[in-house]
Amino acid sequence: MKHIKTLNKKSLQSTLKKGGCGECQTSCQSACKTSCTVGNQKCENKK
Amino acid sequence: MVHAYSLEGYNILLDVNSGLVHVVDEIVLNIIGTINQDIEEGKLSSSCPEIDVSEYSKRVLSETDLKEEDVLEALSEIRELIGQDALYTKDIYEPQLPKVHARQSVIKAMCLHIAHDCNLACKYCFAEGGEYHSHDRSLMSFETGKKALDFLVENSGARINLEVDFFGGEPLMNFDVVKQLVAYGRSIEKEKNKNFRFTLTTNAVLLNDEIGEFLNREMANVVLSIDGRKEVNDRMRVTRGGKGSYDMIVPKIQRFVKQRGDKDHYIRGTFTRYNLDFTNDIQEFLDLGFENLSIEPVVTTADYGIREEDLPQIMEEYEKLARLYIDRRVEGRPFTFFHFMIDLDQGPCVIKRLSGCGSGTEYIAVTPKGEIYPCHQFVGQEEFIIGNVDEGILNNDIPDQFRNASVYTKDKCDQCFAKFYCSGGCPANSWNFSKDINKVYEIGCEMQKKRVECAIMIKAALAEREEHE
Repeated sequence: MKHIKTLNKKSLQSTLKKGGCGECQTSCQSACKTSCTVGNQKCENKK
Repeated sequence: MVHAYSLEGYNILLDVNSGLVHVVDEIVLNIIGTINQDIEEGKLSSSCPEIDVSEYSKRVLSETDLKEEDVLEALSEIRELIGQDALYTKDIYEPQLPKVHARQSVIKAMCLHIAHDCNLACKYCFAEGGEYHSHDRSLMSFETGKKALDFLVENSGARINLEVDFFGGEPLMNFDVVKQLVAYGRSIEKEKNKNFRFTLTTNAVLLNDEIGEFLNREMANVVLSIDGRKEVNDRMRVTRGGKGSYDMIVPKIQRFVKQRGDKDHYIRGTFTRYNLDFTNDIQEFLDLGFENLSIEPVVTTADYGIREEDLPQIMEEYEKLARLYIDRRVEGRPFTFFHFMIDLDQGPCVIKRLSGCGSGTEYIAVTPKGEIYPCHQFVGQEEFIIGNVDEGILNNDIPDQFRNASVYTKDKCDQCFAKFYCSGGCPANSWNFSKDINKVYEIGCEMQKKRVECAIMIKAALAEREEHE
């Protein structure tokens, strides 16, 4: 495309299927302890 | 929903429901502005809108001096992305909430208040010098901690990774019990098929080589608290005698960080309205040789708390920090900043993004007395006690309230582009400011939104540089 460049390929919808294993880190345990940032956590789904 | 914004010369479209990010030129940005306006006025559907090329080209051409050929081309690309479910995608997640709630029926993370006592008396401490509103300084016994770990194992279902954060007060004031509990945890891992991820949050006052060696061996992450420049740190982070802590803790943190090497750790600062120029504190961290950084806004109504009128300066400061972040990456001297670490492709699944921090459901806090709270921030507010380590969860009403709160139960989240990055925000902040976990802490929201915008812009800037290399 000439006018649009897409930065990422994986859509959130595609994570619905295998998502929800719960093995990832709890957001508040990492560094903040006073806010809630979930978007920066890593996926740890090994399936 | 598409969030369109310009930052540092990048025009960015965040397709909220797919999480896809597009970097676009002025022509596309202009057209998206018109489409968004029509959606807002109810003239167009917010998901998969039918874009009439002839109508939109006429409108855009009448309002701008853009060339017809370019506008038609841009419109065609926009339509193509809509057709590919990459722009104005539909929110298909709300029906997934039962799955989210089912997931939250096991506990996987625990904030273990190993010491309700502290060797500092930081003025902004939400734990009030470790006492948590109770005026009761106490240390957790090994027996209570052991029961807490057993409780976690028993209530964690099939989860393998279990997180235990040693927290306080100052956890190193009860280091012997920390060591005993880690040993106990390790001794049952195999039999119970669990993997304990121990972490510890410390003010570094008691750090020494022996403790450092233990932490480096056993802790998956260590969070070290310091606020940045000496005068900033020493204004808030003081000893019980009122003396600044900077000179005491800096050499200890430097030594520890050096020994820690590549293992996870964070230098974590707090900023207040006294240091809204907190990029200078980040710079101080960098000058001290620290590279894994976090700096969090203080959450309070006290006179040093963040006010609405401070927001413009804070927004500028996050932009400044983002520029520093990019510059250092380009120079080959990178650092990490907790809130800018967004992985657009390997980030958390949408189920996680719907469920938020998990407080009161997946995540709990345990006090030295063995009381269970929904999270560390509620400790000391006794109406939030949900059980204890001897009898388990006794009050399910509170966990149910937390479980049912989501971006779909909070009005303010409905039209917010950042909802899948903060998952509706911190329930404790909501409670502290509105006495309702289904409300939001709006000043916190504004800062969160800015951090998300900056984090995405950084991706765009770094992608562009990579392309040119």
